[in-house]
Amino acid sequence: MPTLANEPAEGRLIGAFPDESGHFGRYGGTFIAETLMGPVKELGEAYESCRRDPAFQAEFEAELRHYVGRPSPLYFARRWSEKIGGARVYLKREDLNHTGAHKVNNTVGQALLAQRMGKRRIIAETGAGQHGVAAATVAARLGLECVVYMGEEDVERQAPNVYRMKLLGASVVPVTSGSKTLKDALNEAMRDWVTNVDDTYYIIGTVAGPHPYPSMVRDFNSVIGREARTQILEQAGRLPDAVVACVGGGSNAIGMFHPFLDDPEVRMYGVEAGGDGVETGRHAAPLSAGRVGVLHGNRTYLMADPNGQIIPTHSISAGLDYPGVGPEHAWLKDSGRASYVSVTDREALSAFHRLTRWEGIIPALESSHALAYAERLGVEMGADDIIIVNLSGRGDKDIPTIAALEGIEA
Amino acid sequence: MSRIEGRFRELARDGRRALIPFVTAGDPSPEVSVETLHAMVSAGADIVEVGIPFSDPMADGPAVQRASERALAGGMTLSGALEIVRRFRVRDDSTPLVMMGYMNPIETRGCGAFADAAAEAGADGVITVDLPPEEDAELCDALRRHGLDPIYLVSPTSSDERVRLICERASGFVYYVSLKGVTGAGHLDVDAVRGNVRRVKAATELPVGVGFGVRDARSAAAIAEVADAVVVASVLLEESEKLADRPEAIPGRVAEHVAAMRRAMDGAS
Repeated sequence: MPTLANEPAEGRLIGAFPDESGHFGRYGGTFIAETLMGPVKELGEAYESCRRDPAFQAEFEAELRHYVGRPSPLYFARRWSEKIGGARVYLKREDLNHTGAHKVNNTVGQALLAQRMGKRRIIAETGAGQHGVAAATVAARLGLECVVYMGEEDVERQAPNVYRMKLLGASVVPVTSGSKTLKDALNEAMRDWVTNVDDTYYIIGTVAGPHPYPSMVRDFNSVIGREARTQILEQAGRLPDAVVACVGGGSNAIGMFHPFLDDPEVRMYGVEAGGDGVETGRHAAPLSAGRVGVLHGNRTYLMADPNGQIIPTHSISAGLDYPGVGPEHAWLKDSGRASYVSVTDREALSAFHRLTRWEGIIPALESSHALAYAERLGVEMGADDIIIVNLSGRGDKDIPTIAALEGIEA
Repeated sequence: MSRIEGRFRELARDGRRALIPFVTAGDPSPEVSVETLHAMVSAGADIVEVGIPFSDPMADGPAVQRASERALAGGMTLSGALEIVRRFRVRDDSTPLVMMGYMNPIETRGCGAFADAAAEAGADGVITVDLPPEEDAELCDALRRHGLDPIYLVSPTSSDERVRLICERASGFVYYVSLKGVTGAGHLDVDAVRGNVRRVKAATELPVGVGFGVRDARSAAAIAEVADAVVVASVLLEESEKLADRPEAIPGRVAEHVAAMRRAMDGAS
């Protein structure tokens, strides 16, 4: 089964991007200060050699199997599908991974790479805390020092994950600059990296950042779509009509989409955080309502004002509260291969409750955005149609947020 | 000959080093920025730098970050920064001026439109912090077409090959980042800087300026012994921050610092 080392074949999309300079069409690239160019190139070379090394791949796959608990199930949500009425919806259960989200696929891969590069100190940024937890987890497993940067606002709204990271031995640094959320945590992690480049490895948690991060994080997460593709063929005997995933930075979505790129019959929907509604301006949906620009090392769609300043985003879900998006998504949008839509906080929250009550599965608020769109899509489709939703994480971390919003007493 | 090249020739003739202080445009207001630029020149600045504030200054330390936040809170924009340059030029037609910023505000304006506006306002060079030579074709061409010097950073992590690549594209001067870190960090190693400046000089005839880590008169003098120019920013922005409730005092206070550095550098050269 082809894994990390996919090579481009004639006329195929898988393996065709990025180009050698890290571009997806006009997107991506390497927009960073000179001090980081050396370390980023070194990382690119190290990753390239690991990608082609069967021993590295075998080690990565063994970790995914024995430590993460892969393959994650593909679960037919029969009751939910029937109550919604319409298509049959399957859930890719990334919530059942160790640490409770897809994020661990990437941190396992990058931590192995860090180890190969001889780096003893791991840094990471986090929004919802899922990536921070996943980074702290692999750092504990490999005996590496770990520092996680987290916006002060997120530290408050994701308290359970902050505590988890600390239990795992990581230092959590609250970031007070700028908007005090994920984008500022990323800035701060970059500053740490540029200061400690000799011994430090920066695990970016999404398919953004300078080349090679967007393609590296995609490769590590593509196990999601590869498994889902195999599983749906086994269970339903055919490919799905649509795959749906939420998009903040876009790592779970690209992990689901990528292995289906060359199956033209499979439609792809990336679901952005519509916040209060895209028309209100209070959202985190750069692909739906943003403009092209340069942030955090790559060119992509951004939430920015007419003067090129990054503007505050809003989402009920900390993990989607990011003003940029991975450059491959920008390319997929422009090329028309994937569609990008948005759902509001309110729609996500109501889908959260429906899945919880009808299937006994508490989804993350991030993933609830994908569920809400799958409901919208499903009712327009027939009972023979198949949708796969990437259930990218579990919702335990969101329980305090939801309780506070809805006034439920603990 | 560009203003920057001309200024370095004069300095070389006199056996002096350039002092290049920095102002974040609009911190806390356009009026204070213009006055501060003039005060710095009177205190002995040879070239001035005007920072274009950006919401996400990834390569900068807390002093620059907070100065950007103050400027943006006051409504500063790229157009506003260009207006500050224009107003500075009304009274000073000789001091070279370099604009420094991040790619997104520039790209949003359009590389060609920005270069046109910057040249028209009276800027002489542009440093785009997050734009390495690999990605700079469009902006670099636009700057050159308008007679502006594209100025590049070189760092301790730049390989000899990269130093050559960068120097081939640069004009005006080459900006050597004195340490691994962000602006305003405090771990300056003058011997390491000396070696690295030599490495850059082996690749170019251009003057080499050093910045990131110059905190006071003493460090300015030390750097002046090993480089053609000393760039100073964070410590000046910290002064500006301390005077948030008395902005009219900012130009004078910043000028005092610049004058002290000037004296120390001239004593040392």
